[in-house]
Amino acid sequence: MTRKQLIEIWVGVFVLMGVIALAVVAFKVSNFQGLQERSSYQVHALFDNIGGLKERAPVKLSGVVVGRVNAIEVDPDTYQAKVTMSIFDDYDKLSIDTSASILTSGLLGDQYIGLNVGADDLYLQQGDRIELVQSAIVLEDLIGQFMTKFAESGD
Amino acid sequence: MKQRILNFLEQIGQSAMVLLAQWGRGAIFVANLLPALPYSFYRLELLIKQVYFTGVLSLPIILTAGLFVGMVLSLQGYNVLVDFNSEEAVGTMTALSLLRELGPVVAALLFAGRAGSAMTAEIGLMKSTEQLSALEMMAVDPRKFVFAPRFSATLIVMPLLSLMFIAMGILGGYMVAVGWLGVDEGAFWSQMHASVDWREDAVNGIIKSVAFGVLIAVIALFQGEDAVPTSEGVSGATTRTVVQASLGILALDFVLTAVMF
Amino acid sequence: MSTLIEIRDLTFSRAGRKIFDGLNLDVPEGQITAIMGPSGTGKTTLLKLIAGQLTPDSGSITVKGQPVHRLSRRKLYQLRAEMGMLFQSGALLTDLNVFDNVAFPLREHTRLPEALIRPLVLMKLQAVGLRGARELKASELSGGMARRVALARAIAMDPSMIFYDEPFVGQDPITMGVLIELIKKLNDSLKLSSVLVSHDVAEVLSIADFACVIANGKVVAEGDAESLYQSDSAQVQQFLKGFPDGPVPYHYPANRFGDDLKERPA
Repeated sequence: MTRKQLIEIWVGVFVLMGVIALAVVAFKVSNFQGLQERSSYQVHALFDNIGGLKERAPVKLSGVVVGRVNAIEVDPDTYQAKVTMSIFDDYDKLSIDTSASILTSGLLGDQYIGLNVGADDLYLQQGDRIELVQSAIVLEDLIGQFMTKFAESGD
Repeated sequence: MKQRILNFLEQIGQSAMVLLAQWGRGAIFVANLLPALPYSFYRLELLIKQVYFTGVLSLPIILTAGLFVGMVLSLQGYNVLVDFNSEEAVGTMTALSLLRELGPVVAALLFAGRAGSAMTAEIGLMKSTEQLSALEMMAVDPRKFVFAPRFSATLIVMPLLSLMFIAMGILGGYMVAVGWLGVDEGAFWSQMHASVDWREDAVNGIIKSVAFGVLIAVIALFQGEDAVPTSEGVSGATTRTVVQASLGILALDFVLTAVMF
Repeated sequence: MSTLIEIRDLTFSRAGRKIFDGLNLDVPEGQITAIMGPSGTGKTTLLKLIAGQLTPDSGSITVKGQPVHRLSRRKLYQLRAEMGMLFQSGALLTDLNVFDNVAFPLREHTRLPEALIRPLVLMKLQAVGLRGARELKASELSGGMARRVALARAIAMDPSMIFYDEPFVGQDPITMGVLIELIKKLNDSLKLSSVLVSHDVAEVLSIADFACVIANGKVVAEGDAESLYQSDSAQVQQFLKGFPDGPVPYHYPANRFGDDLKERPA
């Protein structure tokens, strides 16, 4: 085997190792899902307060990720936060009276949207609005309420 | 007294002008090099040789360093997280630190010391032994034959090395956390998988490492070409490559982090 | 006898120092021309100017009727294909062996198959007597051997002119003899024009058909060996005969020795 061939083999091994490392990072370490997004349909909901919800936050149903938050903006008419989310097409049988709440994973973890399916026979379609919502629980508000109540009862 | 102040100011001015002149030469060098870059893909054998010299020969140091950095991260993270009863998050912490910062930065620093300095020394030596002149006299453009393959090789090698560093680091973290400290294996991987985002964390880390590759290649090649063709000149240029590349990586990392995250 | 290289009013300065100041020179075709002068007169610089690696401040250089410094990069490279240059250090590519070094210009500039390159390279190596050393690495060669390999490489593309940059510096008498013999032989058998830059007077004048002496940025004498020895210029006489003192002073410029001794250290 000549030196040139040896170099070529080593470079081949090197590139292969790089590709393996990339695959490990993509599939084992992070949530890589292919270059194109999974096909999905969009629904939106209006919240009074989204707390610390961010774009690309997960949308979960019974703890399973069924979609992602697409965009967060302020609705110009109601001044509420309009959260648009993509729900994967696999989950197209969500009843129209499904409710959405902004929840926190753990005490101080990231925030996500939790869905609770209702009982209606009609299903959510592309562009629909989720009517039943529960805003984020803001820890400071909670403590504030608790303190006021505590003070009132103390009188 | 007045004379001293004037002298001092003059010295500052002189150093600034020397520095500015060097930057100017560097900019001209890069501008001249750019049109030659596509050539490195016509001459694959030159590129492969440089990938071997810069990449394959850097493997031992990168893999070993990655393993240890991951082990240390995991150990340190565990000691902090165990107080909050969330030691399962050690995998997430290790993976995020490696992907966002330590992987690209440490791999680039090691690369600058291992391959960047060698590149400067080699080109400085080629200059001082008139090999670059000889190439020109043989009507072979040194930009195409010497500089372009090294530049492209660095660009290819740097993200790959960075990825290998990260993978090794996570393996090291896994060994310490799961194998030694008794963190639950399933929780280790699932937490990591759930909180590390491909685009936000991994892709940004890879972009960083490519940017560091460009920086190292420009500095190492320019310092080699700009070296005074004597032994002191070449050794000085080699030192400058390591110093400038290391500082440059850290500064660029700050800028990129500010823009990305 | 036609003119190969024509240098007119050449001015060139580096780091604020004038190296050439209105230099005129005609190099004839098909002969061995020697350019001589004391160290530091810029003989190597002159070669680099002729080859277009450096650009003069003013003046012109024409090689084969082409103005070197007004050519496009492509045209310049075409012209350089007709030039071979032997560098002082040999300048072999250190990561290649002897054979690959000689084959290098052929592989870069021609599309010849390896089956043709091999005999061509072996011919050139045979001419310099190093056919047996073809597997050696460039770093394993002695200085004289490196120069011979470089010579084989310089003639690989069959150039019409060869420039030798100080070919005899630091060589033992045997190697020197070999190189002189080679230069003469190559020039005559390949119908080349050779330009030799050197300060080894006796060796150079023994083979040069035409020689010139450079001092103070100008040509101070030119002609064949005989006429140079007859020259009445003090500079030429000092250089050719090696007098320690003369127009080129023995002492580096300084103030009076007596004054220097009297001065007390501060």
